[in-house]
Amino acid sequence: MKAQTLAKSGGLVVLLVFAVLFPQVFSNPSVTNYGVLALVFATAAVGWHIFSGNTGYIALGQAVFFGSGAYAMGIAARDWHMQATAVFELLPLSAVTGALIAIPFGLIALRVRRHTFIVVTIAIFFIFQLMAFNFWFTGGSSGLGSPFLSWAPVPYNRNFYYIALACAVGAIVIAWLVGRSRFGLQLRAIRDDEDRARGLGVKAMQVKMAAYMISGTITALIGGVWFYYLNQVQPQTGFNPLFDLTLVLMIFFGGYGSIAGSVLGALIIEPLSLWLNTIPALNGFNEIVLGAILLLVLLFMPRGILPTGAEFITKIRTRGRPAVVPATTIGAAPSATPSAPSVSSGGAR
Amino acid sequence: MTTLLRTEGITKAYGGVQALNGAEIAVEEGTIAGLIGPNGSGKTTLFNVITGYERPDAGEVWFADRPITGLAPDKVFAAGIGRTFQLTRIFPRLTVIENMLIAAQAKDRPRNMLAWFGRDAWTHHRRHAMELLAFVGIERHANVLAGSLSYGQRKLLELAYVLVADPAVILLDEPAGGVNPTLINMIADRIRQLNAEQGKTFLLVEHNMEFVMGLCATITVLESGATVVSGAPDIIRSDKRVLDAYLGADLDEDDGTAAEPVLNKETGR
Amino acid sequence: MARELTQAIVNGILIGGVYALMAVGLTLIFGVLDIINIAQGVLVILGAYLSYSLFNKAHIDPYIGLLITIPAMFIIGVAIHWAFISRLRGSERTSMTLLVTYAVGLIIEGILYKVYGANNVQISPSYIDSSAHVLGFYIGWVYIWGFVIAVALVGAVYVLLYRTRFGRSVRAIMQNGDAARLVGINVNKVAAITFGVGVAVTAAGGMVFGETNAFNANSGYDLISRLLSIIILGGMGSVGGALGAAVFMLTLESVVTIWQPTWAIAVYYAALVIILLWRPAGLFGQKAVRAQ
Repeated sequence: MKAQTLAKSGGLVVLLVFAVLFPQVFSNPSVTNYGVLALVFATAAVGWHIFSGNTGYIALGQAVFFGSGAYAMGIAARDWHMQATAVFELLPLSAVTGALIAIPFGLIALRVRRHTFIVVTIAIFFIFQLMAFNFWFTGGSSGLGSPFLSWAPVPYNRNFYYIALACAVGAIVIAWLVGRSRFGLQLRAIRDDEDRARGLGVKAMQVKMAAYMISGTITALIGGVWFYYLNQVQPQTGFNPLFDLTLVLMIFFGGYGSIAGSVLGALIIEPLSLWLNTIPALNGFNEIVLGAILLLVLLFMPRGILPTGAEFITKIRTRGRPAVVPATTIGAAPSATPSAPSVSSGGAR
Repeated sequence: MTTLLRTEGITKAYGGVQALNGAEIAVEEGTIAGLIGPNGSGKTTLFNVITGYERPDAGEVWFADRPITGLAPDKVFAAGIGRTFQLTRIFPRLTVIENMLIAAQAKDRPRNMLAWFGRDAWTHHRRHAMELLAFVGIERHANVLAGSLSYGQRKLLELAYVLVADPAVILLDEPAGGVNPTLINMIADRIRQLNAEQGKTFLLVEHNMEFVMGLCATITVLESGATVVSGAPDIIRSDKRVLDAYLGADLDEDDGTAAEPVLNKETGR
Repeated sequence: MARELTQAIVNGILIGGVYALMAVGLTLIFGVLDIINIAQGVLVILGAYLSYSLFNKAHIDPYIGLLITIPAMFIIGVAIHWAFISRLRGSERTSMTLLVTYAVGLIIEGILYKVYGANNVQISPSYIDSSAHVLGFYIGWVYIWGFVIAVALVGAVYVLLYRTRFGRSVRAIMQNGDAARLVGINVNKVAAITFGVGVAVTAAGGMVFGETNAFNANSGYDLISRLLSIIILGGMGSVGGALGAAVFMLTLESVVTIWQPTWAIAVYYAALVIILLWRPAGLFGQKAVRAQ
């Protein structure tokens, strides 16, 4: 068990070192561009995982947070006349916007389940997209531009890479903390049988709401990063109907219900689809190719490319805990008629 | 001896079907009580009403002299009434020990949201949970997914995870249903033991008459949603109305009691 | 004002009928098979393009062309079910079907884009602008015929579901798939045919949509979000509910457009959210038809 933990931490360190060195080794901006966008989606995928992966409520309205984070930054930068790197100080604003939007959104959507939940999230998404098109302060269909950053291409992409990496690592740490805590366990109990969990004293609405707010915060934060990286946002790119489907695709591709799967799916799918766009021979075929790859994975690796998916993570998690020694006074064999452990005093008799 | 759990005149209709029609039951503290009746007589509905999964159309549920009618399931559970389900309702994609921990945390009152992220409280619960798993004999499976347990093992897990929250009354819906004879004996032993050593109060619904008669001090018979008779096993065994209820009760001319909601107050003790 | 309002309501009802036709296929697939067919929007566009090609290349009138396009779409539907959907298993099946149909939709969209390009087209037979003059209102014949076909096909689906042996099997599966299997219903076959029927009606829906709207390969996204919200509002699996919800949606949109064209659809989505809070199972949905 010690060796396992060591190997796991060692692997994580190697991965992190690789992630940190990546833009140094591949300094070509078009390569780091893949890295930045892949990390943006990895962060959003982890944000999705924290709520949907744990609770089983398939949310298809994450673009609401993503777009709102982008617009919050753009509007604030414009109206407060922020310049250059000072704009990064607005990232917390993006994050808070996500959390605040999650409250009314959650209060409406989290009252319904399954298919109805999916459609309510889609409906709310379209309301937001229309607001971005039609409000007086959002710049209409041409959207918003960001202030100018006078960085050369190489450091530009590299700096954004590190910002996105920090967001991704932060999101992963939060997701990991949630997963191992009592909060995470309550979320997963809701996924299995919400009514029964409530019957056992889980405050389902509060718990779901908290997870939804965390998810919204992370997604809106990375939406702000994405906006400043691309220098622009339009209603159809910030509130993109394909955003959520892409996220869900990444997660199912990597492995639904696990952090590693969510990240892995994003890190593979996003660069892949960007790369497909650059191949002249595939010009016009990239949708078909992407759809075909997706179909192959779904049909032949239905649980994602992390083959044992959720169970694998469960195993790791339970191994990480201190070994459980059955109380010595209690006979192991059921036929030995052990005396009943005191139910009220935590086992001490 | 005080009455811990009591219902008065519970009625509940689904569309045109009268599932409960004045059902009354009284469970004395520290006893094992049974609830029997033919299929469709309203036993599980009565359980659902008591534990808050269904709201009665009329009537009152009293627990420790406090009305709990219409409270939400979690409130009922927190008040001290635990239950199992006829078709077990465990969390299939959580491990066995995680199932136990979900039930155990019901007692905790985390002071703030940050406490949700803490793990200290688990250590204490974990030890207790493992003891209970050992008590029902499935501690070897603590780290497997609950969904992979056999039917009988799920029954045991459900019993254990109701116990972990230390309820004052435990409602068991067909604990012996669909379980092999060895396991039935073990379940009966465990119930008897909890009752004898810790004075736990039980109310159980069961079709296995041998099981009920051997275990319960008091038995209440339900028919068409109403209480027919209530008393010690000997009294129940020899009561003609019970036989009628089980045989379909078309003896109204000779003996109208089976058709009317007559509550017999004799407790047999 | 009253005149504008009446005209808007009439338009809303007529167009609503056409949306109902597209939504009936979705509600059937959704309610019976527990499949979220994200490709339905793209399939409507495929149906529209089929009619478009038959009309422009072979000079077959779009209404006559339905005799070809409906069976063609049925075969496509059965093929999609056989090739992909019937192969999915497990606890996340519903979410998986969402992704699989999304992938199928992406592929179809990519092919349409490759074949027809990105320009908007419209099916324009000679009678496209002719209109009937009823009680002082001008109503396009296209809308009237579209509505008639929609009501006829929705009625046909209703009869199929509630008056035939096949429909009994479908409803048995809707209520309890495992039990249906036990009493000897070939669930896979019924599911494939149901999926085929659900897709086949998009041929007619697409034809009318293509006559009344300019479209391209991307038009499927706006459609699918509307269709999904229609069937949820109507209550999943409810044919009449889909009709009612579609008419409600399009009438509301068309009425709000008189005052506020930009916010028309937002008003509908807001109404949808409010109604669902009040009735989570939709307007005509039975509560918990399908247990968790």
